[in-house]
Amino acid sequence: MASPAHSLDFERPLLELEKKIGDLRSISRSGAVDMTVEIGRLEKKAKKLQEEIFNELSRWQIVQLSRHNARPYFLDYVNFLFTDYCELAGDRLFGEDPSLIGGFARFDGVPVMVMGHQKGRSTKENMLRNFGMPRPEGYRKAKRLFELAARFNRPILTFVDTPGAYPGIGAEERGQAEAIATNLEVMAGLPVPVISTVIGEGGSGGALAIGVGNRVLMMQYSIYSVISPEGCASILFRDATRADKAAEALKLVATDLKALGVVDEVIVEPAGGAHRNPAQAAESLGAALKKHLRELTKLKPDQLVDDRYDKFRALGVFSGK
Amino acid sequence: MSWYAKKKPKIAASVEADEVDQRSAPSRMEGLWVKCEPCGEILLREELERALNVCPSCNHHMAWNARARMLALCDEGSFEEHDEGLEAQDPLGFSDSKKYRDRIKSTRKALNENDAFVSGTARIDGQHVSIGAFLFEFMGGSMGSVVGEKVTRVFERARELDVPAIVFSSSGGARMQEGILSLMQMAKTCAALNRFREVRKPYISVLLNPTTGGVAASFSWLGDVVIAEPRALIGFAGARVIEQTIRQKLPEGFQRSEFLLEHGMIDAIVQRKELRAKLSQIIGLLS
Repeated sequence: MASPAHSLDFERPLLELEKKIGDLRSISRSGAVDMTVEIGRLEKKAKKLQEEIFNELSRWQIVQLSRHNARPYFLDYVNFLFTDYCELAGDRLFGEDPSLIGGFARFDGVPVMVMGHQKGRSTKENMLRNFGMPRPEGYRKAKRLFELAARFNRPILTFVDTPGAYPGIGAEERGQAEAIATNLEVMAGLPVPVISTVIGEGGSGGALAIGVGNRVLMMQYSIYSVISPEGCASILFRDATRADKAAEALKLVATDLKALGVVDEVIVEPAGGAHRNPAQAAESLGAALKKHLRELTKLKPDQLVDDRYDKFRALGVFSGK
Repeated sequence: MSWYAKKKPKIAASVEADEVDQRSAPSRMEGLWVKCEPCGEILLREELERALNVCPSCNHHMAWNARARMLALCDEGSFEEHDEGLEAQDPLGFSDSKKYRDRIKSTRKALNENDAFVSGTARIDGQHVSIGAFLFEFMGGSMGSVVGEKVTRVFERARELDVPAIVFSSSGGARMQEGILSLMQMAKTCAALNRFREVRKPYISVLLNPTTGGVAASFSWLGDVVIAEPRALIGFAGARVIEQTIRQKLPEGFQRSEFLLEHGMIDAIVQRKELRAKLSQIIGLLS
């Protein structure tokens, strides 16, 4: 059961206008008065308003969109883009982590491994999914699935959407840092194509732990950052409420990351964001995945490792030799 | 009060006036005396340095400057620095209370160091190694592009020369001021480490106080052998973040070396005075 979708402050004028259009439509349908002209006028106005709002989104507004609870999550993309999804549970060491899940599936008929952080919409779901914040078990399950995919020569598609790895006592006791570190190295050496897409929040090491891909894609209104804007604000500005300022400073939106060379492609979202039309968002992402996968399947195992190595080896800005 | 008790606080007061920063290297501290924070003992600086910055009275392992460490642990005159010319840029145009560009400039000037990592080649008991160490005093040892590049080159050099790699970590984690590029250094260093594994020479990771965040969660925890100094704070999330998340006080000794050893997360805790012998032993057994 989903909680009602929250609406963001800057979306509200648009949502109100759309509600008005809906009301007029039902009056019109009842046959009492012909509202066609008025409806047409308001629709034009709504379109213009939407453009106005979305053409000038601040980074902080994009942060909010990336966390929108009606935004398509990993399992939504699985439903739209894959068939035969066969989820595989457990790290074989300690437990099962429902905040990072995956398994084999078919993409366009081809068997692949899919994996992603999973958030919940209701409180109950979020308790289960731990708000998409994995514990070491999640990362160790991911490692198991990476190696499984490599053994069976299946391409890997990961979907990143986490506020970050879970900061808790048990997580530290069981080696959260070690689990993430190990995944970074294992991913670097995978002999199969790996495509990672940030679909919502790319929260630091907890995101990167499934993000070392030959291609890294980002949905237009997703974010990817070394630290949350709130965390950054509380450390650097000593004030967590200055998250808007931190978001600007961190340059964490898709276009920033494309400019910095971290992201290979930005997937354009439907007007108003992926949550306004999840099917269309999935279709755009699916087309991009298909294209990149086609390119990568031409590469031999060694070439795939080298390709990924070269991509990450080149990241960083400094002077001197 | 006896004459003896009267004397002590006087010295303590003079030390406090110096505002001894526990984290900064002793060679940079002023004055003849250093106070050991945990036990309160007042120590003669010269003696403390001879004891490798370990308090002779309570065995507290104080911060030890990376260069002093290299000199003490490597064969005399064998350390040759590499990549010392790498300098940070400001790819994001980042600014908090101070512009990142200015912060870098003033830190470089104050410490006479280019960034938070010093690395090169050396010998330990005659055995060649590729080696590097964090300078915690440089912006909390944070890893940005320069540190990530230098760490990567430690592994690349080790691979090229077919020698063991050793990294001493002490870092708060990724450098916020370089944003996503800092995060990417985690992937870059681990990929380089993965390549180095091909030559089948050991990578020994030594975790110092403190090693957290993105440095703990990348190459630091991936040593063929992972050792830590006593009582070092090592973990993924900072204590404050965990406390805020779970709304509980953390247990005594949480995230300390002894805690990690008990939980099976590191191979050994090694006293600083035994570190050189231990490194030499491991290299000998694995090379």
